[in-house]
Amino acid sequence: MPSEPLHPSKPNPGLPGTPWLAKRIIACLDVDAGRVVKGIQFQQLRDAGDPAELSRAHAQAGADEIVLLDITATSDGRKTLVETVRRTARELFVPFTVGGGVRTLEDATRIFDAGADKVSINSAAVANPALIGEIAARFGSQAVIVAIDARRGAATADAAEVYVSGGRTATGKKALAWAREAEQLGAGEILLTSMDRDGTGAGFDCELTAAIASSVSIPVIASGGAGNAEHFVEVFSAGKADAALAASIFHFSSPNFGTNTMAELKQTLLNAGIPMRWPC
Amino acid sequence: MIAIVDYGAGNITSVRKALEHLGADAQVTSDASVIAAAQKLIVPGVGHFSRCQVLNQSIRTPILEAIKNGKPFLGICVGMQWLFAGSTEAPEIPGAALFAGKCLRFPAAVKSPHVGWNQIEVSSGSRLLKGVSNGAYVYYTHSYRAPVVAETVACTNYGDAFSAAVERDNVFGVQFHPEKSAETGLKILENFCAL
Repeated sequence: MPSEPLHPSKPNPGLPGTPWLAKRIIACLDVDAGRVVKGIQFQQLRDAGDPAELSRAHAQAGADEIVLLDITATSDGRKTLVETVRRTARELFVPFTVGGGVRTLEDATRIFDAGADKVSINSAAVANPALIGEIAARFGSQAVIVAIDARRGAATADAAEVYVSGGRTATGKKALAWAREAEQLGAGEILLTSMDRDGTGAGFDCELTAAIASSVSIPVIASGGAGNAEHFVEVFSAGKADAALAASIFHFSSPNFGTNTMAELKQTLLNAGIPMRWPC
Repeated sequence: MIAIVDYGAGNITSVRKALEHLGADAQVTSDASVIAAAQKLIVPGVGHFSRCQVLNQSIRTPILEAIKNGKPFLGICVGMQWLFAGSTEAPEIPGAALFAGKCLRFPAAVKSPHVGWNQIEVSSGSRLLKGVSNGAYVYYTHSYRAPVVAETVACTNYGDAFSAAVERDNVFGVQFHPEKSAETGLKILENFCAL
């Protein structure tokens, strides 16, 4: 029994004046045949290309979630994915998402059995939208992220088009409509990647992110374009994102990236009034 | 031995991994005799309340017997919601009714599901939350939540306040996922293992 009554109407107990639910910073690891590609700046690691070690290092540095994206092109290489997921999940105690190798309910089941909490599906969901509901019915909507790769060029956000197959194939689908459809089919979150911004370091596409976030009620994870801390402030305010994902900024931006840099990013966001899990 | 009750509501692997990390002797089971033989029970879960139907079948009696006999019990997420009278998510499925009230959907004013890291306001005196600081962040993913009751030992505010954790004698429940809540979550599971 509580020894003193709770006062639920009190403001946020940790950070007065801010909302309670934190915005999330998600570290993404691109994995090819069981090895993290794109580099590695955790100097304390013995094996910096190992997804398991690198995931733990990101989590310890304060990443709120880890996404492992399998970009393996060869079928031989893909066979390693389940084992990679198993090794990575073993000592990881933050939410863990796997994408890139999930085409069927059976694929998803193997990934979940290996210890993932969520799967991210992209081309497979466009090709077979029923897959979203199949995975959701078995594992719950919270376990299904629909990843949308969108490109709009100079056009307005509502003209953004969905691409599949690693951005190589246009689908003719509008990103906003597809996000709404994915939600209705049972997706628990949307992972939106701006192909226009991806790899540029020029900042997230806040206009597109806000348009998607306003048209669905499930959380939206923004991806593509992160170059500095200010870009995260923008995507959480103007972009209305619930979470932001980045890969290369966490690997490349500072030669000393590690505990301090994730903490510095979160400190910058807190100073801008963005709720963050803290201490991280 | 801690029995992790597998009733088809996911998330079993994560809970088992966390207990293994803590060095606990844990066994995933849906077998009534294993449940009856366990020293402690954990009912994890995530997803739809209708999955609690399985908890109301042949394993309901051994679970409730274990609780009555004073064995520590921890319900996680849907496993905690089952400790209440029921949920409007699946009105035809009763809960164990060890705590008063029903679980309701979040108000329309906030995005649902409630996904991510949120803070808990911790009341002093909780055995489960011993050493967890007020305002600590824990990981949530759910659309329904339990009301604040006399036995609430932590609450979270999302739209309004709900029970983040309940505790009465040997019965504990957490709406968040300790197995996914980094050091804070591991501390809570460690507290449960040490009971």
